[in-house]
This record gives sequence, structure tokens and C-alpha cells, in this order.
Amino acid sequence: MNIPKNLKYAATHEWLQVDGDKVTIGITDFAQKELGDLVFINLPNVDDEVAVDEAFADVESVKAVSDIISPINGVIYEVNEALMDAPELINEDAYAAWIVKVKDVTGLENLLDADQYADLISKEG
Amino acid sequence: MEKKTPLYDLHLELGGKIVPFAGYLLPVQYQTGVIKEHMAVRTACGLFDVSHMGEILIKGPDALSNLQRFLTNDFADMDIGRVRYSPICNEKGGIVDDLIVYKFAQDEYFLVVNAANKDKDYAWFTQHAKGDVQIIDLSDHYAQLALQGPKAKDILSKLTDADKLPTKYYSFVRDLDVSGVPCLVSRTGYTGELGYELYCAPDKVVQLAKALLEAGADEGLIPCGLGARDTLRLEAGMPLYGHEMSDEITPFEVGLDFFVKMDKDDFIGKQALQDLGEPQRVRVGLVLTDRGIAREESDVYHEGRKVGVTTSGTLLPYTNKASAMALVQKDIAQADTEVEIDVRGRRLKAKVVDLPFYKRT
Repeated sequence: MNIPKNLKYAATHEWLQVDGDKVTIGITDFAQKELGDLVFINLPNVDDEVAVDEAFADVESVKAVSDIISPINGVIYEVNEALMDAPELINEDAYAAWIVKVKDVTGLENLLDADQYADLISKEG
Repeated sequence: MEKKTPLYDLHLELGGKIVPFAGYLLPVQYQTGVIKEHMAVRTACGLFDVSHMGEILIKGPDALSNLQRFLTNDFADMDIGRVRYSPICNEKGGIVDDLIVYKFAQDEYFLVVNAANKDKDYAWFTQHAKGDVQIIDLSDHYAQLALQGPKAKDILSKLTDADKLPTKYYSFVRDLDVSGVPCLVSRTGYTGELGYELYCAPDKVVQLAKALLEAGADEGLIPCGLGARDTLRLEAGMPLYGHEMSDEITPFEVGLDFFVKMDKDDFIGKQALQDLGEPQRVRVGLVLTDRGIAREESDVYHEGRKVGVTTSGTLLPYTNKASAMALVQKDIAQADTEVEIDVRGRRLKAKVVDLPFYKRT
């Protein structure tokens, strides 16, 4: 399972690349494998606020829809619109296919590191 | 506790992602994923484990008269070696299950039913049987594989005497030797493609599946799971029990008129269907024109009023369109009628289309 050491993780299977008070969010390789072939993504807008434990987007596979949960608080300043036409980019490389970039971030305290996340999915998987 | 089919270990070996379904542990997909599996069946070939399906034998001097009463289709003029589809109705005209019937002999019929309904069907038949007839649940004595796709005949021909394969759609042969395994082989399927279904003894099915996968590797044959089975049947416009059909839905509402012979002698549900008359709601296809995907059990609106509900829906891999089937009021069932589907609080535009979404050319 691919779990880069330089990223942070949430128990709801998002990855976060933290850069000061700015954060880039995507879903993990484990999550994309569990979801299967992604065929649609419902993205938020720039300037939307995100809050801890609240859904900010959803992805759909052939079989089901799944919410993407925000592990942090902040304001979206960039959305990966390429995913609109090609959600399969997430299946191809979950860590390259970021979903949103968030600024004015708070609530970073409870994130997992790569080892903790690996531990978590070894129990789920 | 879910049962395992005899192919369970092979599914794991092939990288199948196992889920519980209708009391069985079956692969929803393999490593390749639902979309590639779906496309393999449309363009080459796919192999499905459908050993969970139920098999019930009805035989004896009164087998035909019981079948005629249990089922809405007419079996009086059927030839041995043919297969026929039928709904089973309850006294209210609702659907108990749908099944296919293989005619083995004048007094012997082999019924293949949905796994989730097998016990219900067996109890229903036993309870309504009259006269000299035996009803036997053979489900544990058969494993079943579905080989589906344009390359199916080429692949099967490598493992058996091709001249003996059934040629007509909905016909079958018994005791055909396929790679050393005695099989019942029928030209049937649930994908909208050319294909075969093969029934054999459970202890021979691993050998048969491996032989097929090996013989078909050059033709692009891959193992396929329940996910692709569902998207393929939906794209082919085929109704599924528990979605488009239930105890509360009549065959006329689903558009199965051809399989309900109102002019034959009495059958269970006939009186109710007569009394109900023309259905007020009908099954239609919907294709989304807005971005998004509609699943089952989403409300359908026309000019602000609720006119029905979706019964199945997804992004169909071959047509590449978000599509759904729905039961709607008949006044909006005309092709090209514009509707909206409530998808988790968002109203997505869609239009009514004729079924099927995909037809083999």
C-alpha cells in the first residue's frame, strides 16, 4: 500500500500536504482502491468554507457514492477542475490528483502520520 | 453466515474483492475493475461465477399443468431443448420472482431462479402444487458459469465439439463434454451479448473455470464480478428482481407483457391482472442531461410534480452515459419527455429514452 511519509492523513482516508497554514487535500490510495473505478466527482467552489468532519465533495464509482470529509477548518482557494472531466486521475495516482487547496487552516492537531495511518488501514483492510 | 461457492478460493487467487450477496460470498470485481470487466464482455468475453443461482426441478405427470398455473408464460407448445423466460405472480398480480425454464422432457422442467428468492420460490411451488408432481431443490447439486461476449463461441469451441453447441438463442444441450467436464450448456445470459451459461457438478467447476480462462486468455477473456453483471444487465435494459420487480409490482408495469399470456387457462395472479387493467405506471429508461449520477430510489419529477422513482442507476460504461431505469406515471413515459431526478437534494435534468440503452449489433 502506497502511503507517502511526507503527508498527513485522516481516519476518513484523506491525505493532506501541509504548508504553513495552507493545505492540499486528496483521498488516499487505499480509499481509491476501496471505491473502485471513479466516474464522477462533485466539487465545491473557490471561497467555500470547509469544517472538520463535514463533507466538502463527493466521488462516485460505478457502484456507489462516497462523501469526502474535511479533516480541517479553512477556506478553499483552488479546486482541481481537471477531475471534473477525468475523475479516473484519482484511480491512476491518488497522491497526484489533489482535490482542493485550503487556506487559513486550523484544526491540524488531530491528523495521523503515515505510520499511524498504515496501522489504521491494516485493521480495516 | 454466507455460503461460499465452489469457486471461492479461485476468486481469491484471481484477486477478487469479495462481498456478501444473496447469502453467498462472491466477487464484486477483480483487480481490473468494473469498467474494464464490463468492456471486456462488450468487446471480447467475460467469465462470471453464477453458482449462487437456484435450480429447482419440477417433474411428474402433472408437471406441465402445475407449471402453467405457477407461471405467467405459456409452456404448452414448448419443445424439449428450449429455454423460456417467465415471471411468477402472486394472487395480487405482483411478482414473486422471475426465472428461466429448461424443458428436459414432456414431464420434466428445470427452473433457474434468483438466489435471494430460491427458498421463497420453492415454498411457493410446494404450497401451490396439485396432483402428481415432484418439486426438488437441486441448487446444491449445480455450479454455474456464464461465458458472455462476442468471443464466447470461439473460446468454447476450443474446449468442446463446436458442432454440438446450441445455436438458437434460448436453447440448450445436456451432457456436453467441455474440457472433460459434463455440462448443460445454454445460449442464454444476462448481459445483452452473445453468450452461454454452463451448469456442471460443483466439484468440477474449478477445473472448468480454469480451462475456460486459459482457453480464452488470447481472446481477451477475463473473470468478471457482480458489479459488471449489474451494469451489463442495466445497459441491456434487463429488469432485476428487488429493483424493477417486487411483490408489489406487476409484470405489465415492468413491460413484460410478452411473457404474460392472458389467453391461456388460469394461472396464479391472472384474475388480479385482469381486474387491474392497463397499468398506471410503467418502466422507462432515463438518461441524465445534467452532470451527475442517479442511483436507485431517487424521486422523479415532471414540471414540479412527483411522477415516479428510479429503480436502478449508474454511469453505464459502454454507452458512457449516466442512466437509470424508473417506474413512472404512464403520461410522462413518452421518449424525450424531460424530467428531473432528485439526487441527494439536487434536481438533475434527465430525459426519457426507449429501452434498452444498448443493443448488440
